[in-house]
Order: sequence, then structure tokens, then C-alpha cells
Amino acid sequence: MNKSRNFLYGSLLLLPAAVLLWTFTYQPVLATIYNSFFTTPKGRRPSVFIGADHYTRMIEDPVFWQALTNNILYAAVTIPASMGLALAMALFVNSRMSGQGLVRMAYFTPTVLPMVAVANIWLFFYAPSYGPVDQLLGLIGLGHNNLLGTPSTALWSLIVITIWKEAGFFMIFYLAALQQISPTLIEAARLEGASPWQIFRRVTAPLIMPTTLFVLVNALIGAFRLVDHVIALTKGGPDNSTTLLLFYIYETGFQYWDTSYAAALTVFLLAVLALIALFQFGYLDRKVHYR
Amino acid sequence: MTSVSTPKAGIITTLGAWLLAFIWISPLLFAFWAAFHPATGASSFDLFAPLTLENFSQVLAAAPFPRYFLNTFLLVSLILACQLVVCTLAAYAFVCFPFRGSGILFMLVLIQLMIMPEILLVENYRTLANLGLRDTILGMGLPYLASAFGIFLFRQTFKSIPKELEEAARLEGANAFQILMRVFVPLAKPTYIAFGLVTVSYHWNNFLWPLVVTNSVETRPTTVGLQVFATVEQGVDWARVTAATLLSVAPLLVAFILFQRQFVQSFMRAGIR
Repeated sequence: MNKSRNFLYGSLLLLPAAVLLWTFTYQPVLATIYNSFFTTPKGRRPSVFIGADHYTRMIEDPVFWQALTNNILYAAVTIPASMGLALAMALFVNSRMSGQGLVRMAYFTPTVLPMVAVANIWLFFYAPSYGPVDQLLGLIGLGHNNLLGTPSTALWSLIVITIWKEAGFFMIFYLAALQQISPTLIEAARLEGASPWQIFRRVTAPLIMPTTLFVLVNALIGAFRLVDHVIALTKGGPDNSTTLLLFYIYETGFQYWDTSYAAALTVFLLAVLALIALFQFGYLDRKVHYR
Repeated sequence: MTSVSTPKAGIITTLGAWLLAFIWISPLLFAFWAAFHPATGASSFDLFAPLTLENFSQVLAAAPFPRYFLNTFLLVSLILACQLVVCTLAAYAFVCFPFRGSGILFMLVLIQLMIMPEILLVENYRTLANLGLRDTILGMGLPYLASAFGIFLFRQTFKSIPKELEEAARLEGANAFQILMRVFVPLAKPTYIAFGLVTVSYHWNNFLWPLVVTNSVETRPTTVGLQVFATVEQGVDWARVTAATLLSVAPLLVAFILFQRQFVQSFMRAGIR
């Protein structure tokens, strides 16, 4: 009796969420996989089943490989850098000092701005010759660069922007973790004669490990999800040196209107995200026993 | 926010913190400086160049930013209102009406934490076109109306509410809906505020999906409007691009500075799982 009541009420309450999630998450995942095995319908030509052709094309597509290596480099640099800075910021803000509120605000403000706005501010900074960054480089004799227009520097310019924007966001999670640590633990370690570094290494660091892994997973997802600055600043150029995976999907789907190939690329991106999920649920949850 | 027992920072730590804070905020300070000075001054930095509001008035004359703000406001309100309702109902179901298979359903919900709607933009665009909702504010918000993050967060909060309160309300004759509205929702208020701030700033800043879906002044949110404006102006007039950028972030920035503590605490609350 209670069981059937639970089922009736439960399913009615879940219905709106279920319909929305089905329509815009599960159904599109299935449709993406399905469509990746067909040609893109053009005009009156319907789509035709072509098996794994899109996937062999993907393996032979130099732009796809470039996008993947760019994305890996982008993640490999932005994630450790912004997480390290975030931890430093959190440690700074968590200690008592004058102007603490202002300092925290300075760290956190870039986070509340839209990436497009951030990109447009930095576009000015990176302007050749008269942009502030190039003028600074000029002071040490390295001026007159088109930082966003040169393949060797363009991706790095985007990496700097991302670190600037994300570090303050990750700081918040570290700050929350630091404030959960019982002061008696720190006090006990200090009474034992531990140096500040030893306290960090032996007490603080292990206790914020779950946060580090939580932030890591969020940062990984973010590195594959956020491409607003690519669209605003470089459109993937020059020579695809700033093309990231999601940007390539966007370009293939909405600039070239090759939606089936875009579907195949999306399947690849979904596989990457699934790997991150497996890493999180399988490996991390077992390793981190503090949760 | 800091406990009393935290030791006072040394001079080196304080200087380090301040130096990093200065580096971090300087791009914004510089942007402010550039936006309030004539275009010629923006390239040659002179601290005492005359201030002007010229850039802002030119931007407002050239692009319909007030309309973009309205669109963003409508979009964010729609998403927030629906998310609160949909996620509350779902979380309530998971906590108070468990049935065979609801655990699996919850795991399925969590998938959306990984796969956000913008990853599936090609397929979602097709769905929206089939529904005839391209270039509408409803269409722009639709994929986000159910949030796995919200369901997760509310479920955690509801689970922490003592069963006795629910029992007491039931004994007094409250039905399921009354229990939700009089016991669970009021007690979860801090979580609602936290979720609200996080979701508002997320959707105020969202860009890729609105860029794909919108095509007209009547629907474009501020982020897309700014990009359209900047694409035309790029390389022509930096002061105007910077002014437009600051204009577009002004409401959120002002709100953030006014309610800084709540923002930071809300983000912290939403982050602790």
C-alpha cells in the first residue's frame, strides 16, 4: 500500500525533470550516436547509412588531431596552474591579514564575469604594438608581437586568460575546505613543534585532498566545455592552433553544416567525458576515504 | 569568516597576498581606465588624461544594449523559476517517495553533471528547430530547465532534515504538498539562495548555446549582443569595445560587489558536497 503510494507520488513528482532530461540530455546522446553512422542530409538528398566512415575520416582528419592535442595541452597547463594558484589564494585569504576582504574580492571578481567579456578585455591587452601586454614585452626588448595572430603564441594567450578567470573560482572550494579543518588539529601540530610547511604537508594537504579531486574533475570538464574565448578571440586560428574539441564541433556543425560528422566528433567528446566520469566514480571514490 | 584561532599572517604572506591581488585585479582596473578615456588615450597610458563618458554613449547609440539586458533578464528568470520548481519536486521524490528503481534514476540524473546541454548542441539545435522554438527565449532556456546539479543539491539538503519534523506535520494532517511547502522548502532556504546565485551567474554568462540559437535583437542575451558588437568594432575603436564590455558586465559586477559575502558563501555552500 505504502509502496504503490510511493511509486505514484514519486513518479508524478519526477515527471517534469524526467521529460526535460530525456529530451535534452539522454535522447540527444542516443541520437548523436545514431546520426554519426549516417551522411548529412543535403537538400532533397536524404541521409544514407555509411557505417563507421565518419570515424575513419576522423582518424585521418589532421584538424581533429590538432584539436585533440591542443585540448590536451590546454587542460594540462590550465588545470595545474589555476589549481595551484587557487590553493595559494585560499591559504592567503584564510589567514588573518589587513584588507582580507579586498584581497578576496580581487581574486574572485574575474570569476563572476562572462568569458566573452573577459575575452574582449584581453583582446585589447593582446593588441599588437599598443596593447599593454605587448608594451610590457617591449620593455624587455620583445615587443611588436601579434600574440593572438601567431600560431606559436595564440593558444598560450588563451591559456593565460583561462587561468586568470578560473583560479578565483577554484579558490572558493579550497577556502570552504580550509575553513572546515578543525583549528585544534593545527594547534596540536604546532605544539608538537611542526613548522608551517610541515603543518601544510602533514595536516592541511591530506585534509583538503577530497576538495582537490573534486576541483580536478570540475576543471577537467571545464577544459572540454568552455570555448567562448576561442569564438571571441581567434575562431580557432591561426592555422587551427587554438581549435579545441568543442569549438571544432561547433565549427563543423554550424559553419560547415556537416551535422553528421559533428555528431561523430561529439561521440568522441562524450567518450572523453565518460572517461572522466569513470575516473571520478571508480578510481577517485575508492582512493579518497575521507568522504 | 576567519576563526579567531587562525594565526595572524606574517608580513611576507601579507605582501604576497596583496601583490597577487594587485596582479589579479589590474586587468579590470586597466579596462575601467580605458573605457572612461578618449580612444586616443587608451593606447598611450596617461593617468591624468581627461575622463569621458563619450564611449558609453556611443555604445548605447550603436547597439541595443538595454534590449539585450531585458532578454538576459527574461532568460535568467525563466530558467531560475523553472529550475527551482522542477528540481524541488524531483529531490522531494528521491528523498520522501523512494520506489524500486529510483536509485538508478538518480544515478541517471547525475549523468547531466558531466554532459551539459551545450556539449550536445548540434542535436539540441535540431530538437529546437523541430519544436519551432529557434530564436526564442523559451527555446534558449529549455535545455537548462532541469538541472542535475539542483536536484543533487536539494536532495542532499532534504536528506539532512530530521524525519521527526515530517512525521509531526503528517500527524497534524498535512498532505504531501503541504509538508513540502511548510517543512522542506523553508528549512532549505540557504541552499535555495546558494543555488540561485550560482545558476543566475552561470546563465547570465552563458554564451555558446545562446549564440547558436538566437538570431535577432529581440532574443539575443547580453553576452551574444556584446560579441556581435565587438566583432564589428574590433580593431576600430578599443575604447568603445571596452566600454561595451564593462556595460554588459555592470549589473552582475555591481550585484557581486554589493553582496560579495553572500556570493562567496553561496558558492562555498554549493561546492561542499
